[in-house]
Amino acid sequence: MGENTMIATRGLTKVYGEKVAVNHLDLSINEGEIFGLLGPNGAGKTTTILMLLGLTEPTLGEATINGIDCTRNSIQVKRITGYLPDNVGFYPDMTGRENLRFTGRLNGLDGKKMESKIDDLLERVGMTYAQHQKTGTYSKGMRQRLGIADVLMKDPKVIIMDEPTLGLDPEGMREFLTLIKQLSVEDGRTVLVSSHQLYQIQQICDRVGIFVSGSLVAAGKIEDLGRQLAKEGHYTLEVAAYPCDDRFLGFIHNMTGVTGIEKEGDKFVVHSSRDLRKEITGFLGTNRYTLLHLRQKGGDLDEIYRCYFEKAGQDEKHEQENKNGKHIFGTKQTKK
Amino acid sequence: MENISSEQNKQRNDRARYHSMSALYRKEMADHITSRRFVIIMLLVTATTIASIYGALTGMSDAISSDSNFIFLKLYTTSGNSIPSFLSFIALIGPFVGLILGFDAINSERNNGTLNRLVSQPIYRDSVIIGKFLAGGTLISLMVISMGVLIGAIGFLSIGILPSVEELARVVIYLLYTIVYICFWLAMAMLFSVICRHSATSALASIALWIFFAVFMSLLASIIANAIYPVNNQYNAAVNTLSNYNCNLYINRISPYYLYTEAVSTILNPSVRAVNAVTMSQLVGALSSYLSLGQSMLLVWPHLTGLIALTLGVFTISYVKFMRQEIRGN
Repeated sequence: MGENTMIATRGLTKVYGEKVAVNHLDLSINEGEIFGLLGPNGAGKTTTILMLLGLTEPTLGEATINGIDCTRNSIQVKRITGYLPDNVGFYPDMTGRENLRFTGRLNGLDGKKMESKIDDLLERVGMTYAQHQKTGTYSKGMRQRLGIADVLMKDPKVIIMDEPTLGLDPEGMREFLTLIKQLSVEDGRTVLVSSHQLYQIQQICDRVGIFVSGSLVAAGKIEDLGRQLAKEGHYTLEVAAYPCDDRFLGFIHNMTGVTGIEKEGDKFVVHSSRDLRKEITGFLGTNRYTLLHLRQKGGDLDEIYRCYFEKAGQDEKHEQENKNGKHIFGTKQTKK
Repeated sequence: MENISSEQNKQRNDRARYHSMSALYRKEMADHITSRRFVIIMLLVTATTIASIYGALTGMSDAISSDSNFIFLKLYTTSGNSIPSFLSFIALIGPFVGLILGFDAINSERNNGTLNRLVSQPIYRDSVIIGKFLAGGTLISLMVISMGVLIGAIGFLSIGILPSVEELARVVIYLLYTIVYICFWLAMAMLFSVICRHSATSALASIALWIFFAVFMSLLASIIANAIYPVNNQYNAAVNTLSNYNCNLYINRISPYYLYTEAVSTILNPSVRAVNAVTMSQLVGALSSYLSLGQSMLLVWPHLTGLIALTLGVFTISYVKFMRQEIRGN
């Protein structure tokens, strides 16, 4: 993995009328890395991506890819950057192969070289069998895979994907994520994935950035984010014991630093500002309870995400917090 | 050193521009030609042409008995058996061809999600709209020229009289006007396809405009002319008749339909000597003869520039709109 910065933004801002879609974004993505841009719908992910491709002009600030200014030299940027939109479209009356051929021509390819490249790419994404079908008949998963081949036609250094896993079935999703991973690990391409689907992104990303209402609230490796949260005093503990009675509940409730308790099945989920594990196990031992389950949460993205999101919500008194909160945890939400 | 690299860069960009433009142009042509709707308009236009040549041939003997010059041109302007002439048929049906080729040019790309993919390729955004316009224009030219030649060929075989050079030149100029006229409608339809989200809306809007210009514009013109220069009593009639006529004419000429019809009637009828109102005093001493081609052209040159200006104007609006439009938001 290279240490060179591939994608960089400095104070990137986009204002639509009154609404600030992207607010002073400072982002730096290294060469060969998979970066996940996470955030609920309407957080400004797509706007950021469009600015990176020079398709939307930033109100303030600048963005560069491989040192090329995205707004002023968008043609050069688009020569080395592949873009897979959230609902990738193909000409429905043309076959998969014809669609790829058209993209190839737009990128200045021609003749035998292009044909053999198309063969390779179709093979790679596993679409050789459907190359002579019209794309109007393709399923969502097939379209996405053809989309990858389409992006690779120009042999890009950087690949930007906007909600690529939306609407894929689990099997399709798994294959798709493997493909993305390959693009980075085997080919050394830089990949920027935007998504609101946390679990999938967690599996493949080297680093993530959490994006809430136009601002990047956190960025880094997933483990680092978890550690950072713990430092700031956000602990979530799952605990289950037998017998699960009121006395036990009362004990937890009276402990200092507890900010909330939820019951999930036969487990308690305890939110607190400090580590409670030692005291709880001590209590359970001395009072002859049987400990069934004890887990400190915080390492997984879902939790990190929720915490950052809550923090951002508190900061801004964001009205739609609850509404968006639901969106985050939905795994099969469609965008429109 | 810097100069050389920027020069190279420019050359590279020019080459890329040419590549992408030709790829888009070829794709659009292929799309149109293989599409079902192209087959439909081709059938429509061919049927119209054959009907009008049939009408012209049946009405030909009457037309020749009243004036036996420029017989070849009469193939295009004669109506018979209550079938309109080729000229008036094309003036009415021609716009339809342009509309069909252009009404969903941009918004279908947007709705399919292909516009996203297209503009993320290393191409200039205007290549998209220019390529589409050029492809449509090429098809229109091909269609108009082949229909014009078809009429000429059938007519020549049936009446057996060789056209003179002047007649041929007039027909060529007529076809040129027709191409510009239909391209205006192509540009109009493309403008609607940029503005409207749904292709159904843009189709309806452009058809509405077509009907308005073809049918209602003349009614509107006479209503306005009568309101400004009333001719309802003898005094008013004596004072206002000329102004009324001129006002009516000028308003009508806003309509590309009228502009085109007036221009091509003049081109195909050498006996038309003026397109504006002519007073008795202006006619004193005039020779009763045909106008030469140059003189006919002089009469309708403004019409041609007007039509081209309208086409370019409409295309420019859609160009600017398209360049400024947000790509997202489908």
